[in-house]
Amino acid sequence: MPSTAVPRTINALAAGEVALIAAIDPAGQAPDAAIRLCELGFDEGVPVEILHRAPFGGDPIAVRVGNMVVALRRDMAGLIEVAA
Amino acid sequence: MNAPVLNLARSPVVALVGNPNAGKTSLFNALTGSRQKVGNYPGVTVERKAGRLALPDGRVCDLIDLPGTYSLSPRSPDEAVTRDAIFGRIAGEKPLDAIVAVIDATNLRNHLRFVLELKPLGLPLVVALNMVDLAARDGIGIDAARLSALIGLPVVETVAVRKRGLEALGQALAAGIGDAAPALPVVAAGDLKALQKQARQIANAVETATGSARRWSQRIDGVVLHPLAGPLLLGLILFFMFQAVFSWAEAPMGWIEAGIAALQAAMAGALPPGILLSLINDGVLAGVGAVVVFLPQILILFAFIIALEQSGYMARAAFLMDRLMAGVGLNGRAFIPLLSSFACAIPGIMATRTIDSPRDRLTTILIAPLMTCSARLPVYAVVIGAFIPARAVGPFGLQGLVLFILYLAGILGALLAAFVLRRTVTKGSAPPFLLEMPKYQWPAARDMALGLYSRATAFLGRAGTIILGSTILLWALASWPQPPADADRPPIEYSLAGRIGDGLEPLFAPIGFNKEIAIALVPGMAAREVAVSALGTVYALNDVSEENADSLIQRLRSAWPLPTALAFLAWFVFAPQCISTLAITRRETASWRWPIFMFAYLFAAAYAAAGLTYHLAVAAGL
Repeated sequence: MPSTAVPRTINALAAGEVALIAAIDPAGQAPDAAIRLCELGFDEGVPVEILHRAPFGGDPIAVRVGNMVVALRRDMAGLIEVAA
Repeated sequence: MNAPVLNLARSPVVALVGNPNAGKTSLFNALTGSRQKVGNYPGVTVERKAGRLALPDGRVCDLIDLPGTYSLSPRSPDEAVTRDAIFGRIAGEKPLDAIVAVIDATNLRNHLRFVLELKPLGLPLVVALNMVDLAARDGIGIDAARLSALIGLPVVETVAVRKRGLEALGQALAAGIGDAAPALPVVAAGDLKALQKQARQIANAVETATGSARRWSQRIDGVVLHPLAGPLLLGLILFFMFQAVFSWAEAPMGWIEAGIAALQAAMAGALPPGILLSLINDGVLAGVGAVVVFLPQILILFAFIIALEQSGYMARAAFLMDRLMAGVGLNGRAFIPLLSSFACAIPGIMATRTIDSPRDRLTTILIAPLMTCSARLPVYAVVIGAFIPARAVGPFGLQGLVLFILYLAGILGALLAAFVLRRTVTKGSAPPFLLEMPKYQWPAARDMALGLYSRATAFLGRAGTIILGSTILLWALASWPQPPADADRPPIEYSLAGRIGDGLEPLFAPIGFNKEIAIALVPGMAAREVAVSALGTVYALNDVSEENADSLIQRLRSAWPLPTALAFLAWFVFAPQCISTLAITRRETASWRWPIFMFAYLFAAAYAAAGLTYHLAVAAGL
């Protein structure tokens, strides 16, 4: 496991930036949410990219994960850490 | 089962299982055509879709379309049915003999994971690799033979919307289903992450070409989800939809009304005046008419909703609306049921089944009646026609503006109600909003037609029986006791309904309602628009229909002061009276508590709104 200083989440991705998922909910704060994310294809090593942000405040976001696009709110996106 | 057993081959039960958006329902429609039956699972209100499928070896199996799910760990009542059906745990349902796992060829990685979760169950399993045409369009090539070898299951390439691969699927099923029923599957504790990795490895191994998938969908999303263009487009679509619902339905609704009126006239000619004629004309025919007259609007609305769902746009609408819904403690998924409720709250409440959180679902059910349903329109039309002058306000007509304000008041009332409910009655943490955005697709005509047919029959069946029953009950209330021979007032005033109205009058006097309104609200319990004909009855007009609505308008003008009319409009924004909505709420929540609560809170809100409107109008000197 690489020990990066500050973990970066999906929320920090710039427009058009593709990153690989490093970990999902590593602190174990939301195990149920983590399972649901996993069911929708969020998993370590899978590339993700923010495609769209909703109008009026940029929440929720639409994320490309593998071959799918999934809409989720930023608080849940905060569980997904990406490699720097 | 005590049917005599002849020398008939057992008919095997086969279920279609798959992730949402795998094209499962299209495949079901392609396999069974119009030979399908839509019902309910016992105890739960999840739709049960079943049909017959003839196998190439002559056997005929029962094909069941199970609700889409991402895994065997259910999140919603729909998904729980899928799991229970697979494990043979539903009372009254025969255990499965085989499963067809439907997977989307353009999304192999995720959908394969679910297949790997199903495989250890031990049931005969055939994989339908669906939408291979779309995969080819995206430049994705899949080696189906290799896939079959790697997962150890038969794999059939299908294109459900074009009926491709159906024969091969039948052959694979016939080969897989034995003569004896398979043992019931046991719960397999699969490790989600391990399965996920395995699925990805297999997908990588069988994909001969990885094209730029979803190129088209991403381009369309560039406009549809654009921060500015997106909401604008959604507004335009909704505007067009409502225009269509009301203007296209006008003519067929007129025919239905004319047809019912002709039947009533024929009955009046054939039968002597009396209780029997009254029961048929004012009870049965009026009751049937009250339901059927909304069918054109409901069909048009459903056609739009099905097209929006099948094209993949609905998920985008939920995405765009999520922020607004989050503000009152709901999420974007509640948008679709609420949209349906503009035609009628009954299909809207039925559509809440897809909402995974019970609290969210309950809140959505409770606020659905606040969406201005089409049954309020006749009431609005008569009162606005009588009291709101048809003059122009800027570029708009004042009457249209008032109608718009009434719609808006309903929406704002619903948002406010949700806000309060989520903090009190349905308190609890909001569930996460997590929604797959499917790729865009043209809605297939066959799927549209079958979807429309099943929803229309569900509406007629459920609403029809309830409305018909309650109309007959209220007809009886309004007809007994009969007026004395020397009656000088309209007969309804002597009836039970009239007496209930008399009793209610003191309650309604503070909000400016007179005795006639109180009486009209009683039969108006059946359906809101019945209040119009009930007003006609109390104001001693024999028959209030399109032709003599004008005379009711004249009567109301002379009988009601303006503040009363405005209070009546405000009442109907919240109006609790619709027995069918309460009955469907009782079914969907499986308790009496929530329909009673719904009635009480809507009544309180309607009372407050009408009272406030009345006193403000009086104070303003109107």
